[in-house]
Amino acid sequence: MNLHEFQAKHLFADYGIPIPRGFVTRSGAEAREAAGRLGGERWVAKAQVHAGGRGKAGGVQVLDDPAALQRFADGLLGERLVTAQTDERGQPVQALLVEEGVAIERELYLGALVDRARQRVVFMASAAGGVEIEEVAARDPAAIVTAAVHPAAGLQPYQCRRLGFALGLGKAQVDELTRLMRGLYRLFTERDLALVEVNPLIVTGDGGLLALDAKVTVDDNAVAVGRQAQVADMRDLSQEDETEVRAAQHQLNYITLDGNIGCMVNGAGLAMATMDVIKRHGAAPANFLDVGGGTNAERVAEAFKIILSSPRVEGILVNIFGGIVRCDLIAEGIVAAVREVGVEVPVVVRLEGTNVEQGKRLLADSGLDLIAADDLASAADAVVAAVRRDA
Amino acid sequence: MSILVDQDTPVLVQGFTGRQGSFHAEQAIAYGTRVVGGVTPGRGGEHHLERPVFDTVHEAVAATGAEASVIYVPAAFAADAILEAADAGIGVIACITEGIPTLDMLAVKEALRGTPAQLIGPNCPGVITPDRCKIGIMPGHIHRAGRIGIVSRSGTLTYEAVKQTTDAGLGQSTCVGIGGDPIHGLSFVECLERFEADPQTEGVVMVGEIGGSAEEAAADYIRAHMSKPVVAYIAGVTAPPGKRMGHAGAIIAGGRGSAEEKYAALEAAGVATVRSPTQIGERIKALVDLC
Repeated sequence: MNLHEFQAKHLFADYGIPIPRGFVTRSGAEAREAAGRLGGERWVAKAQVHAGGRGKAGGVQVLDDPAALQRFADGLLGERLVTAQTDERGQPVQALLVEEGVAIERELYLGALVDRARQRVVFMASAAGGVEIEEVAARDPAAIVTAAVHPAAGLQPYQCRRLGFALGLGKAQVDELTRLMRGLYRLFTERDLALVEVNPLIVTGDGGLLALDAKVTVDDNAVAVGRQAQVADMRDLSQEDETEVRAAQHQLNYITLDGNIGCMVNGAGLAMATMDVIKRHGAAPANFLDVGGGTNAERVAEAFKIILSSPRVEGILVNIFGGIVRCDLIAEGIVAAVREVGVEVPVVVRLEGTNVEQGKRLLADSGLDLIAADDLASAADAVVAAVRRDA
Repeated sequence: MSILVDQDTPVLVQGFTGRQGSFHAEQAIAYGTRVVGGVTPGRGGEHHLERPVFDTVHEAVAATGAEASVIYVPAAFAADAILEAADAGIGVIACITEGIPTLDMLAVKEALRGTPAQLIGPNCPGVITPDRCKIGIMPGHIHRAGRIGIVSRSGTLTYEAVKQTTDAGLGQSTCVGIGGDPIHGLSFVECLERFEADPQTEGVVMVGEIGGSAEEAAADYIRAHMSKPVVAYIAGVTAPPGKRMGHAGAIIAGGRGSAEEKYAALEAAGVATVRSPTQIGERIKALVDLC
């Protein structure tokens, strides 16, 4: 689960990590008022959306005129911001963070994440702040310094000093970085984060450190088990794909893609494999959809509705390997769903596993126009052929 | 022979009296698994599925001599259950539970270091040695005792590989679902080592997916140490980048993580790869028939 920058900065403040003074605003008038309350002569207005690349997309402005700030806010709030990291529709802008302008001496990068290979929380730092860490990694991997934290010992001061001196900071700044990193580590572990990035972390005109930007991703599993209630309340569904949110409410794991073949599969690995096979057979998947292990007729019906909510879908491939779930129950669900939803595109069904013969008979006897397939390869062939025929 | 478990392995079920635990324990018993009892705190002294229930894993081990355990407790309590099993001296711990917070698993992994416990999963179907021992949620009837070891990060995709090796007349020695979580127990390499040493296993099917660098590590191991043929399939060639976390994790590992990079590493190591899961059975059959 991703947080907005202003939410991440609230958490930063809770953990003693220095952030610029600022206010969250939801109208041009509020933005202008925020500038007045902040004082000074220069303000930074930042669109609050769950996407990077805001600056280049026009979502961040440095302004020295309160009237211009108000106009900028009015022009952006209520609109959608399209960045290099969003889809073509962009993300809705419902809040604008107005902060005091600060003098930047240097821009650094600082981040932490769970590194699966090392099985540790790992801090990464680079002297190239303001640049995507992916870019730095591709161009000059040696420019990234890392520190892996032992889960029992916690983040040690020497690890912070190592990173600080590698970034070229002086002793006083290294001490400040140590405090900041230890705050970040406490935040990471107490709030069950999956990722935190401070990009840039700046050295200000007077030599202090300041988290100019903040990106926080929270571990979805920790939210799901209910131990991060405060963070869970920060979730902004308007920033997420509507269909994915709706699917999640029905315990369906769905991701929108841009192909023309809808897929319904049980199991995440088999769902990815099904997408790959569709591609190999000359078409493209319209979605990833895992209906889960203990699925039922209702959930299958909802899955059909969600798949068909995309106008791109010209055919549907159902691939179910019934393990504990019986194929006859799945088949009943498919028949009921196709009747209820009124599916008008070709549907190819591949059933395998427990009670597969009863399942296939149910499909055949339903009188519905369902295409049965015995294995995944012929199922993919059948759905691609059916879509081409219809076109 | 087999790896990890066989017909003599005494198995304990943690979360025994719950809905999931009951259902799958019943299936395991029907399959012939030596289920010696279960643990549900507060239900000690009762009987369930004609087997004793214990309050703690320590008591259960003392009373039954259990050597393996399968965990069906909710995600919030699963890390605790894994550590309880390890502390009680259980050797093979299969954790089926999905959705355990990642930081819990970091602590578990660290605590297991230096203990003899071998963790399978979490978020996995478990482990099965066909016709002898089924620990987990996989459908028993698609398996046949045989010659192929299967190791996989995915559940239903494992069943696909199982069915194809059954249909090809090869059967399986042991199938291990190592789980889909970023921080998990037994790795590809640890399973490959065991299959290489197991006389019953003549070839191995390895099913990977995008994210992390476990498949690359497996490629390095296979190149240096495997004499038996390995067929690998990697799911997720069409998965959109950035939709999953682990994006930044791949950076640290040196730009690894995509299916194409994994295929390249495996092919460079001389591993037979298939680009479609539908080709797993025929490919491994061709390779083991040559041996």
